[in-house]
Amino acid sequence: MIDFELYQQVQDFYQDYAMSIDSEQWDKWIDFFVEDCVYKIQSRDNFDNNFPLSALALSSKGMLKDRIYGITETIYHEHYYQTHVVSTPRILKVTENHIESEARYAVFRTKQDGIAEVYNVGRYIDRLVRVDGKLLIESRRCIFDNEMILNSMIYPI
Amino acid sequence: MKIDTKLENRKLSEIPFWAYTDESVYKKELERLFYNDHWCYVGLEVEVQNPGDFKNTLVGERSVVMVRDDEGSINVVENVCAHKGMKFCREKHGKIKDFICPYHQWSYDLKGNLEGVPLLRGMKKDGKVQGGMPKTFKKSAHGLTKLKVAIRGGAVFASFNHDIESLEDYIGEELLGYYDRVFSGRPLKVLGYNKQRIPGNWKLMLENIKDPYHPGLLHTWFVTFGLWRSDNESELKMDKHFRHAAMITTRGAGGKDDQTTNVSSFKGNMELNDKRFLDVKYEDWWNGPTAVMLTLFPSVIIQQQVNSLSTRHIQPNGKGSFDFVWTHFGFEDDSEEMTERRLIQANLFGPAGFVSADDGEAIQFVQEGCQQKPDDSVAIIKMGGIEIDKHTDHMVSETLIRGMYDYWSKKMEG
Ligand SMILES: [Fe+2]
Repeated sequence: MIDFELYQQVQDFYQDYAMSIDSEQWDKWIDFFVEDCVYKIQSRDNFDNNFPLSALALSSKGMLKDRIYGITETIYHEHYYQTHVVSTPRILKVTENHIESEARYAVFRTKQDGIAEVYNVGRYIDRLVRVDGKLLIESRRCIFDNEMILNSMIYPI
Repeated sequence: MKIDTKLENRKLSEIPFWAYTDESVYKKELERLFYNDHWCYVGLEVEVQNPGDFKNTLVGERSVVMVRDDEGSINVVENVCAHKGMKFCREKHGKIKDFICPYHQWSYDLKGNLEGVPLLRGMKKDGKVQGGMPKTFKKSAHGLTKLKVAIRGGAVFASFNHDIESLEDYIGEELLGYYDRVFSGRPLKVLGYNKQRIPGNWKLMLENIKDPYHPGLLHTWFVTFGLWRSDNESELKMDKHFRHAAMITTRGAGGKDDQTTNVSSFKGNMELNDKRFLDVKYEDWWNGPTAVMLTLFPSVIIQQQVNSLSTRHIQPNGKGSFDFVWTHFGFEDDSEEMTERRLIQANLFGPAGFVSADDGEAIQFVQEGCQQKPDDSVAIIKMGGIEIDKHTDHMVSETLIRGMYDYWSKKMEG
């Protein structure tokens, strides 16, 4: 039985994470992760067939920082807005310090032409850890159904 | 506007925008390039390891299935039932005993021969035969369309034209060594796929990988870390028809020097927080170059960028769009550590790549520009002159693009 307080905390966590990305507060995004973390955006086809390749696979907070430097300074791209709609979480397992949970997401992309597109849909598969009463990400895998990416994928999901 | 696909020799350095935007040119390209006289990439042998394994893929816009039969041969057949034309195979990959079209259950063996037609001789009822195919109907005349198949070193190519030259002659002696360097027969291991739909003409992607002028300018990572820049030791080579090409380079020191002074993408102070992105380990089979980008016209790019290997399959779907399918691979006998390294370096490539994401964006915006004024405008391809240099020992040249259009205009003429 999961108490409501924990459920509420996890739910807030998912919504805050989405807000940090949608509002492009990249430093805040990085701070959702522990130092030794895993962050992957992987197609469902690769995931289901046990292919290790991801569209993006970062395995330390340092790599997350390098990615943010990439999207803000080095990767040439046209800016786009993202809006994440994240479902209520499913909490799968709770231990003293860890929570395993999932949520479904849909990301809409709006480019300069002003047209919103369904950009990426899938689910988060997460392992969260409690540090000083706060939840942080040890591992987040974004497993997306629509494996045909609409040209490029610049920002995190 | 009259479209004349013949480019004057002196004009190879001026590519008309309509080459990217005209519907009739595109239709002709499918017929003459993808569906005739050219070996098109369909996959890796290891993707269909065992009898019955299949992979659904494309030659141009045409859906085909690569399958291994019971004798162990690889066949490629068109995914269109000979009865009503149904595109019957709907899975991306899987395992089957034979092909069955669900609509009327016509069945084919794994070579594409028609085996079963339900109610071929009709149905007996009250001593009478109802229906059935005419006596003249021959199963042998109604197989699936079979493509000719060639395999070399683990990669599989197919052609709708059965009279095509050998794959080896097709690649050409000038480039075969670069092909064999990656596909030496050492067993491969697929690491996975990335797919992106790029709203640009398919030729722009080949041009991108025949263009050593841009990487040291557009791609900050390449310039800053010395992976690909104009002052690296480099060679540009082509086959005798100029249709395929290799860009060959050896990684330099990176950092600041004369070459970077005017390059705005160079970031002198950039340091990686996590150095594993570029934890390059020399592999013996490289025989020198740290990167070889091979374009095999019209359908595939074979990438070796330090420890990252992939095929990039071009699947056009209209004059202004193509799907770009990346198959990343390593070798079966790679250590776990090497597999991990290849996977980490894969972050540079693909739709989200630190380097390659730039290219998809650039191609899209070039297409938009060309569509805006297709009638009388041209792209200026004059870096390194207006002629075709068969062998160039530096990167400051667009000769490979001129070469490709020389070949293209010959095939498209008339
Ligand atoms: Fe590039």
